[in-house]
Amino acid sequence: MALAKTGGLKRYYDVNGWLFIAPALALIGIFLIYPIFRSLFLSFYSGKGMMLKFAGFGNITRLSNDPVFLKALINTTTFFVIQVPIMIVLALMLASLLNTDKLKFAGFFRTAIFLPCVASLVAYSVLFKSMFSVDGVINQALMAVGLIGTPIGWLTEPFWAKVLVILAITWRWTGYNMIFYLAALQNIDKSIYEAARIDGVPAWARFVHLTIPMLKPVILFTTIISTIGTIQLFDEVYNLTEGKGGPADATITLSLYIYNLTFRFMPSFGYAATISYVIVLMVAVLSFLQFYAARDRS
Amino acid sequence: MRPTPVPSARTWRILPGAATYIALSIAAFVSVFPFLWMLISSTNTSIDIIKGKTSFGDAFSTNVANFFTLVDVPLVFWNSAKVAILTTLLTIAVSSLAGYGFEMFRSRMRDRIYSLVLLTLMVPFAALMIPLFMMMGKAGLINTHIAILLPTIASAFIIFYFRQSTKAFPTELRDAAKVDGLKEWQIFLYIYVPVMRSTFAAAFVIVFMTSWNNYLWPLIVLQSNETKTITLVVSSLASAYYPDFGVVMIGTILATLPTLLVFFIMQRQFVQGMLGSVK
Repeated sequence: MALAKTGGLKRYYDVNGWLFIAPALALIGIFLIYPIFRSLFLSFYSGKGMMLKFAGFGNITRLSNDPVFLKALINTTTFFVIQVPIMIVLALMLASLLNTDKLKFAGFFRTAIFLPCVASLVAYSVLFKSMFSVDGVINQALMAVGLIGTPIGWLTEPFWAKVLVILAITWRWTGYNMIFYLAALQNIDKSIYEAARIDGVPAWARFVHLTIPMLKPVILFTTIISTIGTIQLFDEVYNLTEGKGGPADATITLSLYIYNLTFRFMPSFGYAATISYVIVLMVAVLSFLQFYAARDRS
Repeated sequence: MRPTPVPSARTWRILPGAATYIALSIAAFVSVFPFLWMLISSTNTSIDIIKGKTSFGDAFSTNVANFFTLVDVPLVFWNSAKVAILTTLLTIAVSSLAGYGFEMFRSRMRDRIYSLVLLTLMVPFAALMIPLFMMMGKAGLINTHIAILLPTIASAFIIFYFRQSTKAFPTELRDAAKVDGLKEWQIFLYIYVPVMRSTFAAAFVIVFMTSWNNYLWPLIVLQSNETKTITLVVSSLASAYYPDFGVVMIGTILATLPTLLVFFIMQRQFVQGMLGSVK
C-alpha cells in the first residue's frame, strides 16, 4: 500500500473514495448538472434556432398569453390529479387481494397483473391505439354488454381522448405499484389481521385502518414517483395521437409541447426551456407537499 | 318442509373468497389482453384489426413480409441491441463503482455529494433535453449511438440501488482481502462483484429494459434510418396517416419479445431490483 506510506491512512482512504465515484460524478456533472443550469440560463433568452438574444422575463410573459401552454398545463395537471389516486387505490386493493392467505394461483395472478410493466411505452400505446379505434374491439365489447349504445370516439373526442390516456397509463403502471405494496404487505405480521378479523372488524375497515396506515411510507414513495412520472408524460400521448396531442390539443402535455416547440418546428430553445422549468417547479413543489403532508400526519 | 338453513360462519367466509378470485381474474385478464390482442392482430389485416376482429386470421406471413420490406430488420435490431447492451454494461460499471465508493469510503463531503446525486432523481428529462441536444450538436454527435449512451450512463437510481445493496456486503471479506495485500480495485473486482452477483443481475435487468424501451431521447437524437432503434421504427410506422396495423403488430412483437424473455427468465431479479429502491 504505497499510498498509505506516503500520505497516511486517511489520505489513502480519501483518494480511493474519490477514485471510485469519479467517473459517475464526471458524467453527472457534464450531462445533468450542467444542462439543468444551462436550461435555466436559456429560459431568459428568446429567438429562433441558434439566434438567441437576452429577453429577461419575456418568456414568462409569453407563457401567460400562450393558450397552448395553458392547455398543456391543465392537461398535465388533470392527468396526474385524476390518474395517480385511481392507480394507487387500485394497486393497493389488488395487493391486499393477492396477500390473501392460502390464495390459489397467487403466482399466476401476480405475474399476469405485473406483465404490463414489461411492455415498452411505445408498444403499448400503439396497441391501445388499435384497440380503441371507433369500430375497434373495445367499443364492440362495450356495446355487446350494453354499456354504450353508440361507439365512443376515443381518439377523436377531446373528453374521451383524455379518458383513454388515463386508462392507458393506469393499465401500464398499476401492477408496478402493486409489487411495492405486496412486498411491504408480506413484511407485516399476519397475526394483526387475524386478531382484527376475530374481533369482527370487516374487510374494508381492515383495509382502511390497518393496511393503509402500515403501508404509508411505501404509498408516499410510489405516489411521488408516479406523480413525477405523470408530470413528464410524453411517450403515450405522442404515440396515441401521432405526436399532435390532439384532438384539438386535448391531450397535449408540457413535455410534448416542449418537444414540439424544439424539434417539430423552427426551434424556440429559450421559450421551451422556460416551459421545462415549469415542470421542474411542479415536481419540486409537489414532492415537497407530499413529504410535508406525510410528515404532518404521523 | 325443511327450514332454510341459516348461513353458517363458514359460508360467509367462502363468499369473499369467490369475490377475490373474480376480481383478480378480471384484473389478470385486463392486464394480459393487450398482449393477446397483439398476437391475434399480427395474423390479421389492418382493416380487420381496427374493426376489432378477435380471432386468428391468415395474414401473418403477409404482415411479416411487408414488415421486412419496409424495415431493415437486422440493422434495426442490431441498433437496439447495441445501444441497450452497451448502456447496460457501462451504467452498471460506473454506478456500481460509485455505489460501492459512496458506502465504503464515507466522509462528510462525499455524503453531501451523495444527497445531491439523489436530488437529481427529481430532475425531469424535459429540462435537460434542450441543452443536451445543443451539446450533442456542437460535438457533432447527432445521429450517433454515442449520443444516446453518454447522458444515460450515470444513473442516480442505479447508484442508489448499489449503495443500498452494499450495506449488506460483509466488511470482514474486505478486511481479510486487505490483509492479503489486495488493492482496492482488486477487492472490488475479485470479491465484491462475485459476492454481489444477484445485485448485479437485478441491475442488469432493470437497466436493460429501461434502455431497450427508451424513446424520447433517441427520438430527438437519431434522425436517420440507419441509426434508428426498434422503438422508433414502431412509433413511426404507427403514426403514418393510414398505418398498416398488421405490419405495426409485427413491430410491437419484435420490440416486446426481448424484454418479455428477460422478464420471464429473470423475474426474481427484476422484482428484486425494482424493490431495491424502497429497502
